[in-house]
Amino acid sequence: MIPPRHSYLEASARARLAGILDAGTFREFCGPRARQTSPHLPALGMPVAFDDGIVVGEGRIDGRPVLIAAQEGGFMGGAIGEVHGAKLAGLIERALDIRPDAVVLLLDSGGVRLHEANAGLIAMGEIQRAVFDARAAGIALVAVIGGRNGCYGGTSIVARSCDVIIASEEGRLSISGPEVIEAVEGIEEFDARDRALVWRTMGAKHRRLIGEIDILVRDDIDAFRDAIAGHIGDSRPMDLDALEAEHARLVDRLSRFRDAADGRDVWARLGVNDPDRVSDIEADEFNALVDALEGARR
Amino acid sequence: MERLEFRFAGRADAPAASDGEALVGVVGSGNLEVMIEQVDLGGECLVTVDTSINGFVETWESVLRDFMERHRLGNVRVSINDGGATPAVVALRLDQALANLGKPPR
Amino acid sequence: MDASPRPPRTGWNSLARNYDARMLRGGALADGKVVAPDRATELLEAVIEPHDRICIEGNNQKHADFLAKALATVSPDRVHDLHVVQSNIALAPHLDIFEAGIARRLDFCYAGPQGLRLAQLVADGKVQVGAIHTYLELYSRYFTDLTPRVSLIAAEAADRDGNLYTGPNTEDTPAIVEATAFKSGILIAQVNRIVDKLPRVDVPGDWVSFVVEAPTPHYIEPIFTRDPAAITEIQVLMAMMVVRGIYEKYGVTRLNHGIGFDTAAVELILPTYAEELGLRGKICRYMSVNPCPTLIPAIESGFVEAIHCAGSELGMERYVAERSDVFFIGRDGSMRSNRIFCQLAGHYADLFIGSTLQIDLEGNSSTATLARITGFGGAPNFGSESRGRRHGSPAWLQAGREAHRAGMPRGRKLVVQMVETFREGLSSTFVEKLDAWELMDTFDMPLPPVMVYGDDLTHIVTEEGIANLLLCDTLAERAQAIRGVAGYTAVGRARDRHMVETLRERGAILYPEDIGVDKRLANRDLLAARSIKDLVRWSDGLYAPPARFRNW
Repeated sequence: MIPPRHSYLEASARARLAGILDAGTFREFCGPRARQTSPHLPALGMPVAFDDGIVVGEGRIDGRPVLIAAQEGGFMGGAIGEVHGAKLAGLIERALDIRPDAVVLLLDSGGVRLHEANAGLIAMGEIQRAVFDARAAGIALVAVIGGRNGCYGGTSIVARSCDVIIASEEGRLSISGPEVIEAVEGIEEFDARDRALVWRTMGAKHRRLIGEIDILVRDDIDAFRDAIAGHIGDSRPMDLDALEAEHARLVDRLSRFRDAADGRDVWARLGVNDPDRVSDIEADEFNALVDALEGARR
Repeated sequence: MERLEFRFAGRADAPAASDGEALVGVVGSGNLEVMIEQVDLGGECLVTVDTSINGFVETWESVLRDFMERHRLGNVRVSINDGGATPAVVALRLDQALANLGKPPR
Repeated sequence: MDASPRPPRTGWNSLARNYDARMLRGGALADGKVVAPDRATELLEAVIEPHDRICIEGNNQKHADFLAKALATVSPDRVHDLHVVQSNIALAPHLDIFEAGIARRLDFCYAGPQGLRLAQLVADGKVQVGAIHTYLELYSRYFTDLTPRVSLIAAEAADRDGNLYTGPNTEDTPAIVEATAFKSGILIAQVNRIVDKLPRVDVPGDWVSFVVEAPTPHYIEPIFTRDPAAITEIQVLMAMMVVRGIYEKYGVTRLNHGIGFDTAAVELILPTYAEELGLRGKICRYMSVNPCPTLIPAIESGFVEAIHCAGSELGMERYVAERSDVFFIGRDGSMRSNRIFCQLAGHYADLFIGSTLQIDLEGNSSTATLARITGFGGAPNFGSESRGRRHGSPAWLQAGREAHRAGMPRGRKLVVQMVETFREGLSSTFVEKLDAWELMDTFDMPLPPVMVYGDDLTHIVTEEGIANLLLCDTLAERAQAIRGVAGYTAVGRARDRHMVETLRERGAILYPEDIGVDKRLANRDLLAARSIKDLVRWSDGLYAPPARFRNW
């Protein structure tokens, strides 16, 4: 079988934007010509990027207005520094003024940029507040995960605060990265070099099966575009009832799976007949499996 | 880090600046980003390089001079953030950036 | 004429009698041929004698690692002054035995990861190096002056009669076994399991002295797996030039690929770029190479029709077994590999292409790194003119016409180095003088360790273009052809522009536009697979990559 040709994983942030937005509709804010680069990196002897590793702006998807951001995973692992963070926070804050049909965040990041830790952490707080303000105003936020860096640290909190998360199976979502867990807990607890284990623990298929992401697509820009287009304007309530329901779900999950040692054990308990195959099946077959499981639960 | 600046005479009959721009590449290990802007420089070409590897000024000058001669450019500003790319990658990005100049972003 | 005094003989079968004595001592520790793993050290002390020549099987893939560890724990009072004759020095115990005084002399081929430690032990006088060989050379010497008295080998399984099944990684086993068993040597096999019935017999039991079931399976490293995700667009560009400027031009059908991202890029653009050029069935039909996962798309799309392998590759077992039209497969369904035959097949093929760390102005190339003794492996045999060849093929004859423009018509093997002008850290691939010279002085070697000699080399491919050394008449022209593709390195910038132009008109230097290569197409979209997952898809799920290569 010949693999798909328009890999989202392979594409740069700008190529992802171009593939997702309606042709010719993108207008960039604080573009590279503005040279809003990191004030911290030169002091550390490190090269800067003209856009500080994030592209933000407005455009249209199926003719509907959206604000959109794309993190460039190739620059410092997509990590959030002062300027990068300010661009992202500013974009989401702008949603309150112009009320687009959605804010789309193409996340590809290990979290805060350690080289500018304090400024990055402050930016994380600002982004988080902007996300909640936008949600409280009923604006749909769509998080998209399918880059090489996955979605870790503070960025993972941002993603989980959105209305919808769309990911490819190459995507990963977790607070702590594999290497961090191995360093803290020991290699017996978590072998970060066992990449199959990493994906069984943090990969998008596992996250989809336990209900932490909403849609799994194959690694193809058009597949991402179609999934995003299907959730423009799809705002979910964020009120006390919703929060309490979520807490109850987490309590139930903990009691069901707390003694499971591996993702495969979790999947077996969820009713997957052949958990060993889950990692290897393509997105279509996987989604059919998820539909069957969810149908059985209803 | 090292900052290098180069000025090339450029083409006498270079077209007037049209405010176009193109950005290609990503700043990473062994990679770079190249931004080309069309600006009125009286026909000259101006190149600014910020590179993470010091001591290659002659190599940069050769690569950039060949690029300018290859395309007979004028009135452009080239800005480069470099994470230690080889000359082959630099030349490739320069050509790609130029090819994208005046095209809608893809 | 005086007859020189003949040394007194103790008969014509002293080796065989000595074998019997050793077997008597070892047999006391065995149940038939089977020795318990906890008696392995005792067994080695019983059957090895001081000053023995010994081989500890170590290939690219499988290692007799348990027996190597056991040898490192024998008493140096009983076993000492061994002469180690083996291809790979790859594991720590291989050198521990020198540090402990168990072994003293060493003849080998390749030291890879142990190269730094080996250099230190040589400097400390703990290791006396006889010579560094290529694989074929060392195995040839097994049948002349370096026949092992004792060989410790690795196999997948044994039965109680000592019959061995090697599995797909047969590799060097036949050469070691043949030399040892038929010169009254002791052959001890470490196996992963002892079974009643073997899937197939790779080594007959009556050649084998003892069998030890190792507590853990022998170590295998997936060293031939290259993740397509790491291939750069510059490598794609070079691959395009190789396809058009060499494979298409000469019609290369039989070849050997070195292992690396450069050649992986060539393999991965066959189903796309070469297919569009209509080259399927015309190039790259028969290969001598391990089953590299990056070959899967070229096999599936009908480019590569047959492959003989020196060894297997982790994760490729099922895929290979299901493609018996392509690979050499036993009646049991698993692959049979053999390094010597693979090396020979590659030697008499039309082309070798590989990569290197340094090239000088004569075209000599070396992978030697200062402070390390790494050795050669198989590249010098693959990458040398096959002067014993007599049969014609279009590629061989066309290259021969370029090489021998006057006098006796001859053929010529194509030997290609594919390199970027700058390596990582911006050090130049092209140098006025190889580091190999300094290495020779440091380690008192007889010659600089050159991987491929300039007079064996026919083409150099860089991201700048192709130097065809066959069309250079003098060393001065050869040097300028090399400078002409050396780009912005110091060697390249010192080119004589006029001479380079003359050589280009003659076709001794070819730039992409001269061979119809459109540089704008050089991007990763041209790769038939851009990830390990893509390779799995091409294989219909038969390729099972090791966990470290997965991102799903």
